[in-house]
Amino acid sequence: MGRRFVSIWFPHLATDWFALLQPQLRQQPFVLKSVVHGRMVVAAANLLAQQKGVHAGMLLADARAIFPGLEVLDEKPNLAGQLLQRAAEWCVRFTPVASPDPPAGVLLDATGCAHLWGGEDAYLAAITNRLAARGYTARVAMAGTLGTAWALARFGKANMIMQNGAEAAALKTLPAAALRLDAATIDRLTKLGLRQVGDFIAMPHATLRRRFGLQIIQRLQQALGTEQESIQPVYPPEPFQERLPTIEPIRTRGGIEVALHNLLAPLCNRLRKEGKGLRAAYFRCYRTDSQTRGIEITTSRPAHNEAHLFYLFSLKLETLEPGEGIELFVLEATKTEVETPLQESIWEAGMGVNDPQLAELFDRITTRLGADVISRYLPAEHYWPERSFKQAPLFAAAPDAVWKTDKPRPLQLLSPPEPVEVAAPIPDYPPMLFRHKGRLHKIVKADGPERIEQEWWIQEGEHRDYYCVEDEEGCRYWLFRLGHYTADRSHQWFLHGYFA
Amino acid sequence: MYQKTEILSRLRQDIASLQGYRAAPSAVPDNLGLGPINRSMPNAAFPFKSVHEFICPGAASMATSSGFISGLLSSAIKKGGICLWVGSRRRLFPPALKLFGINPHQIFFIHLSNAKQVLWAIEEALKCTVLTAVVGEIQHLDFTSSRRLQLAVEKSGVACFLLRTGNANTTTASVTRWQVTPLPSIPEAGMPGVGHPRWRAELLKVRNGKPGTWELEWRNGRFRHPSKLAVINGAVQKKAV
Repeated sequence: MGRRFVSIWFPHLATDWFALLQPQLRQQPFVLKSVVHGRMVVAAANLLAQQKGVHAGMLLADARAIFPGLEVLDEKPNLAGQLLQRAAEWCVRFTPVASPDPPAGVLLDATGCAHLWGGEDAYLAAITNRLAARGYTARVAMAGTLGTAWALARFGKANMIMQNGAEAAALKTLPAAALRLDAATIDRLTKLGLRQVGDFIAMPHATLRRRFGLQIIQRLQQALGTEQESIQPVYPPEPFQERLPTIEPIRTRGGIEVALHNLLAPLCNRLRKEGKGLRAAYFRCYRTDSQTRGIEITTSRPAHNEAHLFYLFSLKLETLEPGEGIELFVLEATKTEVETPLQESIWEAGMGVNDPQLAELFDRITTRLGADVISRYLPAEHYWPERSFKQAPLFAAAPDAVWKTDKPRPLQLLSPPEPVEVAAPIPDYPPMLFRHKGRLHKIVKADGPERIEQEWWIQEGEHRDYYCVEDEEGCRYWLFRLGHYTADRSHQWFLHGYFA
Repeated sequence: MYQKTEILSRLRQDIASLQGYRAAPSAVPDNLGLGPINRSMPNAAFPFKSVHEFICPGAASMATSSGFISGLLSSAIKKGGICLWVGSRRRLFPPALKLFGINPHQIFFIHLSNAKQVLWAIEEALKCTVLTAVVGEIQHLDFTSSRRLQLAVEKSGVACFLLRTGNANTTTASVTRWQVTPLPSIPEAGMPGVGHPRWRAELLKVRNGKPGTWELEWRNGRFRHPSKLAVINGAVQKKAV
C-alpha cells in the first residue's frame, strides 16, 4: 500500500485565534501589526481585510490608506508556533503521526487511517468540519507525497485528493511557490518566466541545479516521491502503544474501565510475546474539548500481568477528569524492560524475593501511598549510628558489607537523640541516675563507654561516649555524652535508644 | 471416661478449626524455641500463622516486644523468608535486628504517616502469600479491622504481629495477646555490666489455650527459659480457676 499524507493549511491562523477570543472581530476587517525595523507592518490580515486589499507584509500606513476603518491589534509573538503545536497534538486523533509545519500548517501521515472514517473523502471532510467547528478555516489536501499534499492544500481546490502516481500531472498547473522553495529562487524563476511547475518540471536536473541550486531538485523529487521524506511526529511513537477511538464520547467510570481492559489485553499479549515487561505506562485520554488527561503508573519489576496492571490503574482512575467525554484512549508502555522469565519452582516456597507476587504487592502499595514509602536497608561502613545503614534498591543483590554484631545496639533508636539530665559523680564513669521527660531513672548496671568519633570528612562535631545502662525496673537504655568531660563547663547527655 | 476425653478433644479440635485455627502442618514445628510456652498453646504448638498482638505502653516495651518478635521471626525466616515491617515512626534501628538473628536486608520497611494507611498496607501485605510475616506498628485496633486481618491471615497463611501503642482494653479477633516487659538482666558470673536481654512475657489472651507468664532470656541467638517462674505461675492460675 502506498503512503498517504495530509497537509492542513490554516490561511488565517493568527486572526482566527483573535476572532475566537473576541467574537465581534468576525464581522469586521482587522489586521495584526508588528514592528519591523522601526516600521509598523501588517503581520496578518483576516479574510474581510484581505478582500479589501490588505495583505500581510504591507505597511500599516498603506493599509490604513486603503481602508481607513481598519481595526489594528498587536501581534502576539510565537503565537503561530504554539497554535500549531496544539493543533498537531489535537490531530493525533486522526493519525498517530502528526507534526506541526510552520509557518501555518500541520502535516499528517495518514497511511492506513482513512478507512476508519469510511474513506478518504470522509476523512478529509471530518478534519475540515472539526476544525471549522472549533473556529479555524483550514484547507486540506491528501496525496501520496508530503510535497504534493502541501502544494495542493495551498494552491489546489478545497479537499483535493490525489492518487499515488498522479503527482506530476497535479503539480503541472500549480505556481512555482507550491514547491516549498525559498523566496529568492521563486523570484528568479518568475523573472525567467517559469511561473508554473509544469514549465520546468521536465528540464534536465543538471540544468536546474546549475541555475537554481540543489534545493529545487530536492523539492521536486520530494513532491514526485522519488525522494523519501518523513515527518517528526509530535508524540514520538512508542513501540508499545494501543489506541482505542470511541464512537461516542465516554464519561463514565465503567466505560473507561472497559476501554482500559480492551487496551491492556493486546498490549500485554505483545509484551509477553516479545519477552518484555513494562516498568511505566501512560494512559492518555483525548477529550472532546481538545484537552488531554492521563494517568501514569510505574511498576517495581517488568510486568505484563493484565489484572495487576488494571488494578494499578484503577487505584488512580478517580483522578481522571472525563469532562465532556473522552473520544480516544491511548495506552502506551513508556518504559519497558526485558523480562527474564523465572523458572517456576515445583516446591512452593522457592522464589523468595524474585516472586512476581511480591513486586505486585509493592506496586499496589506505592501506587496508592507514594513511591518512597518502601525501603530496604543495607549495611554502610560507618560507625556513627545514624549512618551505619543506608537505603538500598528494593531488589538489589546481597550487601557488600556485613552487619556488625560486635557491639550492642538498641532496637529502637531516637532521632534526634533526646537530651537528659544526669548525675554522674566521677568523670568518664556512667551516670548514677538520669531524668528523661520528668521521670527519674536510677541506674543499677552499666556498660561502657564506647567512644564513637565524628567522621570529620562528612560532618564536623564532637565525639560521643556511649553507655548501655539498665535502671531498677530492668529497662535498658543507650545514653551518650557529647564531647570530653571537662570540669569548667557542663556537658550535655542524651538518650539515644532503647535496648530490647 | 476415656471415651469422654476423646470426644472432648475431638470437639475442641472441631471448634478450633471452625474458629479459623488450622493445626499447623509440618511447616512450623517447634523450632521457634519457645519451649515451655508451647504447652499453653492450642495443640501444644505456637499458632504462628495468625494475628498476634503485643501491648506496648511505652518506648521501652516497644523495644522489648520488637526484640521478642524478632526472636520469633529469626527462626521462621532462616531459610530465606521475607518479612514486611510496617510502621508510622521511623524508630526501629535496622542494624540491631542482626543481634536477634535477622538479616536486616531480608526485611522490607514501609514507613507511613497515617494510621489508616498503615492498616491498609498491613491487610494488603497479608494477602500476599510470598511473605512469611508482617509486623505492624499501630496505635489503635478495633474489632472490625482485627477481624479483617485475621481473615486475611487465615486465607494466606502469613503471620501477623501487631505492636499496639494505644489503649489495650479493646476486644479484638487476634489469636494471642502479649505484653512483653523488660526484666533486670543477670550478668554472667563475676562479670560487671549489663547482661543478656531478659523479658517477662505475659500471654494475656490465647484462643483455645491457657494464658500464662514466663521469663525469657535472649542469649546466643535463641530463647532461654531460665527460671521456674512459669511453673509457679501455672500453679497460681490453676488455683485461680
